[in-house]
Amino acid sequence: MSQDNQDNLLIQLQDVCKIFEEEDGTQNQVLSHIQLDVRKNTFVTLLGPSGCGKTTMLRIIGGFETPTSGKVLFEGNDLAGTPPYKRPLNTVFQRYALFPHLNVAENIAFGLKIRKLPKAEIQEKVKRALHLVNMDGYDRRRISQLSGGQQQRVAIARAIVNEPKLLLLDEPLGALDLKLRQEMQLELKRMQKRLGITFIYVTHDQEEALTMSDMIVVMNDGVIQQIGTPEDIYNEPVNAFVADFIGESNIINTAVMNRDKLVTFLGRTWECADVGFGENAPVDVIIRPEDVILDQPREDKLCGEVTAIIFKGVHYEMQVSAGGFNWLVHSTSMWEPGTPVSLDVIPFNIQVMAKSPYSDLQFRRREEDEYEEV
Amino acid sequence: MKKSKPRYRAGSIADGQKFMAIPLLLWSIMFILLPLAVVLYNAFLDPSGGFSLDAFRKVFSSDGIYLHLLLSSLWLAVESTLICLLLGYPLAYILSRHASASVMILVFILPMWMNFLLRTYSWLAILGKNGILNSLFSLIGLPGINILNTRPAVVLGMIYNFLPFMVLPIYNSLNKIDPSLIEASGDLGASEGKTFLKVVLPLSIPGVYSGISMVFLPAVTTFVIPSLLGGGKVDMIGNIIESQFLKTNNWAFGSALSLILMVLIFAFMKATSKYNTEENERGGLI
Ligand SMILES: Nc1ncnc2c1ncn2[C@@H]1O[C@H](COP(=O)(O)OP(=O)(O)OP(=O)(O)O)[C@@H](O)[C@H]1O
Ligand SMILES: [Mg+2]
Repeated sequence: MSQDNQDNLLIQLQDVCKIFEEEDGTQNQVLSHIQLDVRKNTFVTLLGPSGCGKTTMLRIIGGFETPTSGKVLFEGNDLAGTPPYKRPLNTVFQRYALFPHLNVAENIAFGLKIRKLPKAEIQEKVKRALHLVNMDGYDRRRISQLSGGQQQRVAIARAIVNEPKLLLLDEPLGALDLKLRQEMQLELKRMQKRLGITFIYVTHDQEEALTMSDMIVVMNDGVIQQIGTPEDIYNEPVNAFVADFIGESNIINTAVMNRDKLVTFLGRTWECADVGFGENAPVDVIIRPEDVILDQPREDKLCGEVTAIIFKGVHYEMQVSAGGFNWLVHSTSMWEPGTPVSLDVIPFNIQVMAKSPYSDLQFRRREEDEYEEV
Repeated sequence: MKKSKPRYRAGSIADGQKFMAIPLLLWSIMFILLPLAVVLYNAFLDPSGGFSLDAFRKVFSSDGIYLHLLLSSLWLAVESTLICLLLGYPLAYILSRHASASVMILVFILPMWMNFLLRTYSWLAILGKNGILNSLFSLIGLPGINILNTRPAVVLGMIYNFLPFMVLPIYNSLNKIDPSLIEASGDLGASEGKTFLKVVLPLSIPGVYSGISMVFLPAVTTFVIPSLLGGGKVDMIGNIIESQFLKTNNWAFGSALSLILMVLIFAFMKATSKYNTEENERGGLI
């Protein structure tokens, strides 16, 4: 990596593993060989299902947990042995951790007072932070007299008021209603841009991740599945787990790549844009529901029948049975259940992925869903 | 601070609650108001059965002996309480930082299962002229000391007997502090020392207050410890009150002294509870 690039890096995780020893002596590997470079001034989101190790990763960066192996570098310096209070970062904790013996303003001022800022400046900053999180006038309130969402916003204010180089946010908007959540998303994003703070933001809400991030890190079972921009992650998922976790998708796990730009699935051969999988290689294919084009039945197309339809506001969500596969289709036009239709996908929208342990993830889940319905 | 009371609509709930309060009411009358009334009645009684302020006059005159005794007892209790606090807080802090503290706590509680008198008697065997302490001293060639029947022996006895009452509430309130608050404090840049001063100490204050009152109250009223370890040479107000009832048979004077002591204790409680009420959900022994 060039020198120029190195200078741009704020934090690096190098081959970080974390193993928790359970009480019965079994070892629980929570993080496996995490390799992550975070550039300055970026908004990075850790995205993954509950229990995949997101909080543990933040706690290792914050210094509350030591990695079993591997290194954490901050601007090139190894952070091992640096206690949390000496690390140039602040955290919005998943469970807030507000001080119950202090009121709202005193909580927010805590870090500023430790740094011995002048009183007037502290007051000014606290006021601005309160305004930022939409809580003007709450400064004298006791923590026990706040709602969950208000506490969460105080936790955000308490961390952000210090304007650290790196802010770790552990599901900071989880307790807010949709509207406030969207407002705060914009506000946080604006803050991040304006102050040039690097955010490492944990969420399991994929929509939040897609709208806010410069870079998304998708995790599962302590392993990073994919790192990329929101567009990369959505349009070019590397495996069935990422495809299934981000947005809705049709994952066909019985496809075979004939040769470059030609793939066979559901009994038909399709043109696609992907290359480099070799010849006659088993692959997974993902097609987003909005990329499926429905039309009148035609001889030269895959044909099937609409089995269900739900109105979703902007579009209709339909289920179409075709080629022995139950397709999920989003369309602005409506096709009554029972209507015979043809399905088509343009080559660019057929995403081919290598086989992974997650290949039949969606298949299994759909089977279970059907089983439950019966 | 004013707490808003929950309001009930007239009817079932409020009525039900009224009945629920009856046992408490009876209990209060039996064990608090009745004894208090007896003391009050006796304090204003002269030997012929009439009303008199003689008992109080005696407290405040008598060359100030009794007032002096009252003050010195208070002082002795304050001293013991402070030493208990200075020893008890660090002890509680150390205990709270060890996961295996429950064993150590047991070591603390174990003597409390023993009879109070017995425990104090044992110190006679330790501190006596030919007691365990002096035997040990002579073994390692130190001159013997004789602190039995002195003020330090009484203070020692108080500390020994009352230290657990200081340690336990403080330990409890330290133990209740959410570890994530300590992490948050570190995250915001506070070193361990600062975290202790700004987070741990303030959050343990309720425990400190209940520890103080749980040590101070028995310390100021005790008569067993000074009479056993002070050997009649270190009298506290408790001894005088005791002898008025059991020896001199001057109930009026004993009652008057008790009342004055009670007023002082009440004032003390008031002073500490002022700080205590706001956080009392988080402190306390139980
Ligand atoms: N101190 C600990 N000791 C033992 N196991 C732990 C500890 N902390 C976390 N774990 C385990 O590590 C795994 C990952 O936990 P972590 O809190 O990092 O998940 P997460 O991704 O933040 O989940 P969520 O989205 O639910 O917050 C879980 O299986 C959890 O049980
Ligand atoms: Mg978490």
